[in-house]
Amino acid sequence: MTTTIERNPAVTGTAPSGQPPARTFRLARHSLALARRSLIKTIRTPEQLLDVTLQPVMFVVIFVYLLGGAISGSQSAYLKFLLPAIMVQSVMFAAVATGFSLNTDVKKGVFDRFRSLPIARSAPLIGSVLGDLARFVVSIAVLLGFGYAIGFRIGTNPLEALAACLLVIFFASAITWIFVLFGVIMREPGAVQGTAFLVLFPLTFGTNMMVPTDTLPGWLQAWVKINPVSDVMDAARALMTGGPVGDTVVKSLLWSVGIIVVFAPLAVRFYRRRV
Amino acid sequence: MSLAFQAEGLVKRFGKTTALAGIDLAAEQGTVLGVLGPNGAGKTTAVRILATLLRADEGRATVGGYDVVRDAGDVRRLIGLTGQYASVDEDLTGTQNLVLIGELLDLRRRDAKARAAELLEWFDLTEAANRPAKTYSGGMRRRLDLAASLVGRPAVIYLDEPTTGLDPAKREDMWGVVRSLVNDGSTVLLTTQYLDEADALADDISVIDHGKVIAHGTPAQLKQIAGGQTILVRPLDPARLPEVATILGTVAGREPESPGRGVVTVPVDDDRAFPTVVRRIEDAGIGVMELSLRLPSLDEVFFTLTGKPAVEVAA
Repeated sequence: MTTTIERNPAVTGTAPSGQPPARTFRLARHSLALARRSLIKTIRTPEQLLDVTLQPVMFVVIFVYLLGGAISGSQSAYLKFLLPAIMVQSVMFAAVATGFSLNTDVKKGVFDRFRSLPIARSAPLIGSVLGDLARFVVSIAVLLGFGYAIGFRIGTNPLEALAACLLVIFFASAITWIFVLFGVIMREPGAVQGTAFLVLFPLTFGTNMMVPTDTLPGWLQAWVKINPVSDVMDAARALMTGGPVGDTVVKSLLWSVGIIVVFAPLAVRFYRRRV
Repeated sequence: MSLAFQAEGLVKRFGKTTALAGIDLAAEQGTVLGVLGPNGAGKTTAVRILATLLRADEGRATVGGYDVVRDAGDVRRLIGLTGQYASVDEDLTGTQNLVLIGELLDLRRRDAKARAAELLEWFDLTEAANRPAKTYSGGMRRRLDLAASLVGRPAVIYLDEPTTGLDPAKREDMWGVVRSLVNDGSTVLLTTQYLDEADALADDISVIDHGKVIAHGTPAQLKQIAGGQTILVRPLDPARLPEVATILGTVAGREPESPGRGVVTVPVDDDRAFPTVVRRIEDAGIGVMELSLRLPSLDEVFFTLTGKPAVEVAA
């Protein structure tokens, strides 16, 4: 449009009209602005953090006190084996909420507003994923706090333990893209959740989370060995409680990057198409 | 004058349903185009195509000369969208909603805040600025929605049924806002099921039904379509109603109707009919409480065009 339209102060006001100043890193800024939105929503409705805080605590209680004695002879030894793995499981479960709330947003029309703005199509999705990293942090903090109270101790050093947490968060943010894709494709938030759990159960329980791999039947061992979640759990264990790290950290990182590279563009693509 | 937006031959199908069956819409800069039609006529689909949210199966549309498909990014810089679907975030406060949009429009945070405060004040939402939008009343929500679409000072504003569900006083407020936007030079596309709303605000009206434009013109032109004018007389003394009816019948040359208690009406084609009626009633010494010549309402226009009432489901 070539004509500049004159406006009165009620609509014009402070900032100059016309083209906005050309500013760099637009995608990053837009994504961060939208991430802040997700964060505000989380803070405003803390009750939606119940699942990411109480559920892992409940798992720990059930597994350690109900099964721990039978599985490993001592509850404290089992806690040491289990807790880093539960940490991985709980952030993966926490990741479902991103797909769920994204689906709700798309249905409610909040995203139509974003789609009518001159921003990258990927910005709202990246923003959601970034904003929900806070949920992972809360989940891990609560779990470690609870673990500490019932006798879990970090066997390495704070730096390695921190590395474990960061690795787990990075992996979970990769997994989040799978649920973002679900959230963009599916019609109902409930369907997103249901399908997500179908994916999550084999991924999280089909690991060495609860028992060592060599106690499993052969076909299950085969699955556990190719399941990337096993690597992440092993890496978290090694970094938090000691023991050989091996190639688990590298494998975890590679898997994370691989999942993002595949699922993030897919999610953006389907989001772009969604009516 | 140049066109602010133009749609030509838009067709959109959803599965077997044809939402738009070749629609043309256009508005000159600084005017209001009213798109009038019942629920399901295709109003929202047309707006969504013009707002780059939906692609037409056939036809093309431009906003400010930019193609809505090819130059979607440029179009998005020009438009503001308010509708029941493009809503604000209920968990965020009024300020947070508007600041977020400002930031997404590349305003600096400071400028985005200033702009938010300005709009909240203009829409009388300053007191509610720091409350989550879910605590707002329906009218407040609409005002915040509208404010959200104005953050970027759009040259073209789409208002998709902006007053549906609002009480009459709130509707009047919203009408005032629309008028001031147009005074400021914006172009408005207003969809509505309310004929009085289109009549009150629009420079031009496109009446659509089943995905087609069935009439287009100024409000006055559309009223012409439904036939000429109607004379209405309400005598002081209801007992003299038959006398009045006789006079009207003679002058108009057709049977008068009595649409309400104590009132007689008759449609007339001749401009001289009204003065004649006035004179004859005076000569007969009949006192009148009400004596008027009116254009047909847009409801009547719609009925004439489609053979059915305008608002079948809603309102």
